[in-house]
Amino acid sequence: MAILTQAEAKAIIDKVLSYAKADETEVTLSGGRTGNIRYARNTVNTSGETNEISLSITSVYGKKSGSTSINELDDESLKKAVARAEEIAKLAPENPEYMPMLGPQSYGPAKTFSSATHNINPDYRAQLAIDSIAPCVENNLTAAGYLEDFSGFVAQGNSKGLFGYNQRTGVDFTVTVRTADGTGSGYAGRDFNDASLLKAGEVTKIAAQKAMASTNAQAIEPGKYTVILEPMAANDLLRLLTFGLDARSADEGRSFMSKKGGGTKLGEKLFDERVNIYSDPNHPDIPASPWSGDGLPLEKTTWVENGVAKNLFYSRYWAEKQGVKPVPRPQGVIFEGGDQSLLDMIRNTERGILVTRFWYIRAVDPQTLLYTGLTRDGTFYIENGQIKFPVKNFRFNESPIIMLNNIEALGKPERTGGNMIPPMKIRDFTFTSLSDAV
Amino acid sequence: MKRRDFIHLSGLGLGAMMIPSLAAYSKPVAAEYLMTPGMDPAAKKILADVALNTTKSLGATYTDVRIGRYLQQFLFTREKNVQGITNAESFGVGIRVIANGTWGFSATSDVTPDGIKKCAETAVAIAKANSKLQKEPVELAPVQSFGEVSWKTPIQKNAMEIPVKDKIDLLLSVNNAALDNGAAFVNSALFMVNEQKYFASTDGSYIDQDIHRIWPNFTVTAVNRQEGLFRSRQALSAPMGMGYEYLDGLASEKFMNPAGFNSYRNSYDMVEDAIGAAKHAKEKLTAKSVLPGKYDLMLDPDHLGLTIHESVGHPLELDRVLGYEANYAGTSFATLDKWETKSFKYGSDKVNIVADKVQPNSLGNVGWDDEGVKAKEWDLIKNGVLVNYQAIRDQAKIIGEKESHGCCFADNWSSVQFQRMPNVSLKPGTEKMSPHDMIKNIEKGIYILGRGSYSIDQQRYNFQFGGQLFYEIKNGEIAGMLEDVAYQSNTQEFWNSCSAICDKDDYRLFGSFFDGKGQPSQVSAVSHGSATTRFDGVNVINTGRSI
Repeated sequence: MAILTQAEAKAIIDKVLSYAKADETEVTLSGGRTGNIRYARNTVNTSGETNEISLSITSVYGKKSGSTSINELDDESLKKAVARAEEIAKLAPENPEYMPMLGPQSYGPAKTFSSATHNINPDYRAQLAIDSIAPCVENNLTAAGYLEDFSGFVAQGNSKGLFGYNQRTGVDFTVTVRTADGTGSGYAGRDFNDASLLKAGEVTKIAAQKAMASTNAQAIEPGKYTVILEPMAANDLLRLLTFGLDARSADEGRSFMSKKGGGTKLGEKLFDERVNIYSDPNHPDIPASPWSGDGLPLEKTTWVENGVAKNLFYSRYWAEKQGVKPVPRPQGVIFEGGDQSLLDMIRNTERGILVTRFWYIRAVDPQTLLYTGLTRDGTFYIENGQIKFPVKNFRFNESPIIMLNNIEALGKPERTGGNMIPPMKIRDFTFTSLSDAV
Repeated sequence: MKRRDFIHLSGLGLGAMMIPSLAAYSKPVAAEYLMTPGMDPAAKKILADVALNTTKSLGATYTDVRIGRYLQQFLFTREKNVQGITNAESFGVGIRVIANGTWGFSATSDVTPDGIKKCAETAVAIAKANSKLQKEPVELAPVQSFGEVSWKTPIQKNAMEIPVKDKIDLLLSVNNAALDNGAAFVNSALFMVNEQKYFASTDGSYIDQDIHRIWPNFTVTAVNRQEGLFRSRQALSAPMGMGYEYLDGLASEKFMNPAGFNSYRNSYDMVEDAIGAAKHAKEKLTAKSVLPGKYDLMLDPDHLGLTIHESVGHPLELDRVLGYEANYAGTSFATLDKWETKSFKYGSDKVNIVADKVQPNSLGNVGWDDEGVKAKEWDLIKNGVLVNYQAIRDQAKIIGEKESHGCCFADNWSSVQFQRMPNVSLKPGTEKMSPHDMIKNIEKGIYILGRGSYSIDQQRYNFQFGGQLFYEIKNGEIAGMLEDVAYQSNTQEFWNSCSAICDKDDYRLFGSFFDGKGQPSQVSAVSHGSATTRFDGVNVINTGRSI
């Protein structure tokens, strides 16, 4: 197992730094195991496991930087790698946007590691596939699924005294269940740091129920509908919004966050006042690494408060240029909701469409954040508080900005795709055409 | 978050710049290193034989070995700045076996006799372990034994040998050209790939291949800060299976399209295109918003390629049709029962679509595929009727084929090969017709160029595509630029509305450099050729919104 302790990792990084001659040097040492199992047509197709360890070095002269990486950690290889990175740096063009490396940082403890996930082995993966496939075979259904698991560490240090170490684990499981005649399809998926929370059989059961309930879907006219988006569907669209909260492109006038006449929409009320989005590296359900991509400690950050945009990402370069504090990108966000369950939300709906997930979402207009895509694997018509019948899939053309101004209700958030997202009831969601796809 | 992303995000230096689709297990190297020769084929044969002998002694009934050296050079600039230069090498060996009628695969970066022996043993052990879950033993279609052979992309200039400085100078001159012509921002990039692949199998082939690809690209943005508006125009280049000669910008490979600017065949003028892009981006800021409704569409090859890719290429992948991709990319509407009727009208009589791995300058062009099958061409759709799929050795018998189509591919030595899309192209029309001739007969239409937003359902029925440039056609003439255009259709309905195809003189290649498929996901590069084509009465929507 290629997982080094903090002390082992620090000793290697310090050794590399002692060989360095450049103005600045940074070392990242990472390693671990990645495993997967894939099945389709109720049989396993592929499974694999990779163990790797990698050390990367970035050397900097002035504003010129060069990088290299190696898998061998003996002294001779480390010395050669340092020399190679320094040689590449000397030949590199200057990067006017280069920011000097950070000095020592204070990183809090992270709850990103789980021994249950760390201990996953080929038997665990095979059993998971069996747990998922067996009930489908019994019910004359066809399962196709995929599990990816990892357990690893990252350590980084630089010549200015910065050092950080983090261990992280994760599992990501998805399954599609189809009826034998191909007229019904259901999907479910869960992701966790801790594999003991993953119950593949239960997740498969949800997908199987959706598959059986979605056979013989009826066609209803496309148009504007009240929709209930399950957390997975809501996340499909909301992650596109949060990913786009970049200060630089907003300042440059080429973002939905750019303001008419110049500047950004920071501080403006853009959404319904029930919209509150924040990130917190210590959130128990979506724990994050202690630091961000540029080495800054991740802190609890409010992005949207009562519908008002409160923060944008500022890289260290752009923050300095604008004279503000850098704000790193979060690893996951929490979209606050209420206490209603999905079932409560369905009960309180007179007429609407329940959406399991979206598929093939692509940007149509970055100016308005308009996206298109389709519903998939479980789309149902709701009338008088009850699911009445499955409906054919729709293509949508909608902007998450418009969507977050049309909120009817928010349910209880759950983890999906690394974020905490509530089920959402949205009015006037725009479906523009029908699809025959199952 | 996937582990690889985690490491990328966590790294301060290497990880600070997100690199698209760098080959697995890549190590940064000096640019000069990309020119060094790889391992000699004779040495590779000795190593390959270690694997073949090891697996045979352990009871494997079939083995293939791929020793791969994957070289990549990616350069990124914006405005006056170089943002990043990545030179990377990934070197290792992948061994695939059949034991107990079941596939097993293992890979290692330890390319030594010992490393390969251990890896071969693991591959057999995995096959035997997996055979307990196996329901249908693997059956391979026969393949010819080719002995010791080699193939190389017929390049004129090895892109890896062009000094980095020259490439950076080109990108910065592209940026300057765009900025001088009114662009507010410009990002430009060059992607260059060289795959040095050695394949050996128990069927008696030892195949050495040297494959080259290149993709110049940019995005030019114009901004009206007063109105809070911005519009972009991307390069009208195509990724190609060519060397650096693609960037020569030969006058003989340019032609004036009906919208009044140059389109490119097999030679691209990046600076000229950037000047045009800056003007187009500005023009888009004030272009007329489209009136939704039915229009006759005239689709340029640089746009139509993606429509072919999504609505013909993917639905005719046999693994997809059979349900192997159900949990990810989806299945297909083009089911076996439709194909078995021999009369399923995929498109109008004018629609003839071929698959191939042999077109010169294309991304899919190779000598042999990744299971040692010689590259060839075959029909997918003939006179509008669905006649075939894309199948590899263990699938051929399902559709009654005696041999594989030769479209098996792995994106790296560490990835297991599987069925991937070959080049899929629309044959040009047989009657003499240029785009200028075609436009004359269109009363109410839209001429679309360039790849834009594209989305299609998981069985490939319903799609919506945008583009880079839209021109209104009124009574046989261009009547100005349009904005907010997207067309929605159903695959079968769309291809049956095809009413005219320009002739071979207008035939050009479009390409996709990073096409994703599979779990874990693998990329591949594929071209789609076509001539300008007309589709009648297609539904166009207006995508303009106010927020």
